[in-house]
Order: sequence, then C-alpha cells, then structure tokens
Amino acid sequence: MEPAGIVRPSHTAQTAGKPMRALRPPRGGRERNTLAHLVLILCSITMLFPFLWMLLSSFKTFGESVKVPPVVFPSEIPGKVLSGEEKFSYLFTNYQFLLQKITYFWKLYGNTFLLIAGRIVCAVVTSSMAGYAFAMLEFPFKRLLFAIVLLQLMLPSQIFLVPQFKMVLSLKWNNTVLGLIFPGLVSAFGIFFMRQFYRSLPKELAEAAYLDGCNQWQIFTRIMLPLTKTPLMALSIFTAIFAWSDLMWPLIVNSDSQMGTLSSALSKIQLMNTVFRTPHYMAAALLAMLPMIVLYILFQRQFIEGVAQTGIKS
Amino acid sequence: MQTKALPRKRRIKSNWAWALLFVAPSIIGLIVLNIVPFGESIGLSLTDKQTGAVGVSNYVRLFTSDKYFWQSNVNTFLFTVLTVPVGVFLALVLAVLLNRKLRGRSIYRAIFFLPLVCAPSAIAMVWRWGVFNSKTGALNQLLSLVGIQGPAWISDPHVIMFTIAIVAVWASVGYDIVLLLAGLQNISKTYYEAALIDGAGPWQRFRYITVPLISPTLFFVLIMRTMNAIRQFDLSFMFSQDTDLTFRSAQTLLYQFYRETFMKLNANYGSAIVVWTVVIVLIFTAVQFLLEKKWVHYDQ
Repeated sequence: MEPAGIVRPSHTAQTAGKPMRALRPPRGGRERNTLAHLVLILCSITMLFPFLWMLLSSFKTFGESVKVPPVVFPSEIPGKVLSGEEKFSYLFTNYQFLLQKITYFWKLYGNTFLLIAGRIVCAVVTSSMAGYAFAMLEFPFKRLLFAIVLLQLMLPSQIFLVPQFKMVLSLKWNNTVLGLIFPGLVSAFGIFFMRQFYRSLPKELAEAAYLDGCNQWQIFTRIMLPLTKTPLMALSIFTAIFAWSDLMWPLIVNSDSQMGTLSSALSKIQLMNTVFRTPHYMAAALLAMLPMIVLYILFQRQFIEGVAQTGIKS
Repeated sequence: MQTKALPRKRRIKSNWAWALLFVAPSIIGLIVLNIVPFGESIGLSLTDKQTGAVGVSNYVRLFTSDKYFWQSNVNTFLFTVLTVPVGVFLALVLAVLLNRKLRGRSIYRAIFFLPLVCAPSAIAMVWRWGVFNSKTGALNQLLSLVGIQGPAWISDPHVIMFTIAIVAVWASVGYDIVLLLAGLQNISKTYYEAALIDGAGPWQRFRYITVPLISPTLFFVLIMRTMNAIRQFDLSFMFSQDTDLTFRSAQTLLYQFYRETFMKLNANYGSAIVVWTVVIVLIFTAVQFLLEKKWVHYDQ
C-alpha cells in the first residue's frame, strides 16, 4: 500500500500533486488493522490462558487434571451436583478442602489488606509533606537531604533488608502487621514522585494564600493537597501493587504462617504437595488473586493510568 | 514593591521551620530505615561470623570456594539475557500495534496488564502446577495432542531457567506496554504526516520516527527491567526448592542471599552476596547510562 522503500525527500512536485495523502490518517489501512488484531488476539489468548486454565482446573478432580488427552471442562464434580448425587456446595469441594487444611486462609486476607492500607497511608502522608517542601519551599541542607532520597531510590532495597529485619526483631514487631509495614513507613519513591508533581504547580498559588494570611500548614492542607488527588491515587496504586507482590519481606519477618500475606502463604502452601494436588493449588491461587482482580476490573483505568504516571515521572 | 519586601524576608525564616517540619518524618525515616542499614549491611559483609574479625573473609570465601556462588551469577546473568531483550522488544511491538486506532485497544491493554495485579507467587503457582507441570500441566498435555513430547519444564535443570524466563516475560510485558504506550502517545502526529508526505514506508517511519522519539521511555524501561532481572528472587524461589534437582540451575543471587542469611543464618555471608548484587546492578546501570548518549534522544 505504501510505496515502501521509495524515499523522495524533497520532491515538492511529487507531493504537491497528491494533496489527499496528507489528509489520510497516518497509520495503516484496514488490512494492516486486521493483521494487528490477529497478533493482539493471539497474544491476549496467551495472556488469558493460564487464568482460564486455573479457573477450570480448580473445579476438576485430580484424575481429570492429569488425564491425557487433557480434559478442558471439568465434568466429574459438576456432574455429581447436576445429577443430584451431591449438594450444590460440592461444586467447591477443592476450595473447601483447601480451606479446611489452611484454616487461617481468611486471616491472610486481613493481613494483606492491613499491610497494603498501612503502606498507602504512610506513603501518602510522608511523601506529600516532604514532596511539597522539596518542591516549593527553601530550607537549609535542602540539596543534601534530597540526596538522601535519591540515594535510597538508586540502591536496590535488598541491601537494607538484614538490618531492617534486626530492627523489627529488637522492636518485637516480627509476626505482627507493623512488621509487615515496617520498610514502607516512608517511601523515597513517593517523595520523589510527589515533588515532581508539586513542581508543576504554580508557586503563585502559595504566595497568594500567604498574602491572605494562611500559614504554611494551611497552604499545604487547604490549597495544595486537594490539587494532588490524581498523583496521590497513582502513588497509592503503585504502593498497593508493590506491597501486594512483595514476597521476601513477609516471608522473613512473619515466619508464623498465620501472620503471613497471601503472597508469602502461597509459597508455603506450595510445599505441601503431599496434602494438596493441582486442583487445590489452582483454587488457592485463584482465591489469592481474586480480590485484586476484582479491584482491577472495577478501577481498570485508574490502575493503568496510575502506573503509566509513576513510570513516566520517575 | 517595598511593601512586599518586608514580609518576604520574614516568610523565608518561618518557612524554614515549616519546611523542616514537613521533611522531618521522611528524612528521619529514610536515615533510620535506609541510610544506617546501608552502612550496616556493608559492615556486616566485612565481618567474619565465627571470629568476629573485620576483613574480607566473606568475600574471599565467595570468590574462591563457593561453587554455588558462581553458578548463581551465571543463572542470574542467563535470566537477565533471556528476559530483558525479548520482553522489551515484545512490549515495543505490542505497544506500537496498540498505538493505532484499533477497536478494543483498551481491552487488549487491560488484558496485557492483568498479571501485574496478581502476586508473583500466585502466578508462579498457576504456571508451575497448571501449565508447565509435566504430568498435570496443560502445555505438555496439549503438545501431546499433536504428538510432541514436551520437555520436563519444571524438573529438567537445563530447561528450568527458560521456563522461569517465559513466566517472567509473560508477567511483566504488560507493564512495559503501558509505559511505552504512554510514550508513544506523546509523539506528535505531525512527524508521521510529514514522513508520509515524503513517502516513508512503515519500517522507515518506525525506525526513524518512532524509535528515536520513544527512546527516553525505552531507555527507562530497559534500565528498570535490567535492575529487576538481576534482583530476581520470587519466581526462582517458587519454581525450585533446595531439594529439587533443578535447584543449582535456578538459584539466583538474591535467592542465595536469602538462603545464606535466613535459612543458614549467616547474615554476614549473606550480606556479602547482597553487596555484590548491588555492585552488579550499579555497574549494569552505569554501562547503560554510558551507552545512553549513543541512541537516546531527549530533544523533544
């Protein structure tokens, strides 16, 4: 379609004769959209397949899950329910078995939620204040203090891990929610991110408020903070995803299985392969993923835009 | 002007106090949680656990007598090489495809991003037991339908790192797509229009417009991916335990750090490993920044 390979850089006569070309949308025609759809659909299937397989397998018997050729749709367990041989709840027999063996599974939801909520609150409060000060105010040692933020950002977080763990032990915060939150009490990334945003706001806003008799605290809480809803949302989502996926810290700090997160508990459940079979594992993974997937479906745009913002700003 | 000069001076003084109050929680937190631990980790790595003597004994042991350590370096390097170029390239291609006026592009984007909201351990569990397991996994079952005997994805030491790399790329490509797509959408359409007038084909438009203008985002994605790949722990931890045959081929640097520190309880030796990992990360980042000038354009 396009005259590929033929470049005519400065032939004005050529282009002047075809004014319609410039009006055409710059990117491809119908055929190439079909090709793009084909590639994207194939990739989407690859992305979704493990999720679908997990869902289907969590309703299979162990026998069905190992059959060759593979059984795509579970039939034995739903079959028994449909024929009236078993009650409806039998459909979830793999889930029930898992929850009977891991009686504290529900507690993991609470721990994970408190970890995420705690880290979001800490990151939002401290980062807002510090980000505002670094962007809009002048104070001694500003550069030195900001270098501390940058240093933390540059260094891989694992180098802080052992001393942080020792601190948690000496505070006796291990196997508590506080211990889970501990490394996220402040967020260098959050400070940096909020500073970038505050820098884009006009300083005149603060000056006007100051002339109206507001003190710095009032300027910050009444004028500046309400303007930062979007970046604070982005920071919260970023913090949540990060805390949610963290595996090493909850493993170390809350070795008591009941005080773990969903993430760390799954790694322990996986080792119980004398008790559990593939269908149980699929049920466990699905239960662990479910709350965040539901949130994601509800707030899909905020999730993606939040991540795009945090990426670009840093 | 004169009426303004006086309060301004007073304001600066009172601002100091406010500003310091604003940054105090963060700075104190960073010093206690990060700056002091940073020094402490280096100190730990320079102290011998048995004798308490200060010196480089942990590093000597690492580099001279720890066979696992070299294997961990090789494994980490292999994982990085397997995941970063493929992952970033895939993400770029998909992002360019998604940057057209396509029906349902937000649905595609949402699907690609889905693994990012799932914890790596849950993802690893699904892939390990649901997809790759040689008996119960879907992949080999499907391959057997067309008469192919799939490899032992989970239990073959030669294959395990490839298996982990596939999962890693699958899990992270959506994040890169979102970042690159945001970058692509910042490129002004006039460049493409001008190129079309000049008769540039699709490849030329990609090579001479898209790539240079997306290069800052691409650079950021590359740096982030490389740093994350060198620090990979979760997937290796989920795919291979120390009782497995695959363990030696799956153990990354941070996995070894975790084992030495928290299972063998030698924090000094573990710290030496983590310091080494940080050095590698910083070297890789520095090299990428040196190469940056050659291909990254910031002129937009």
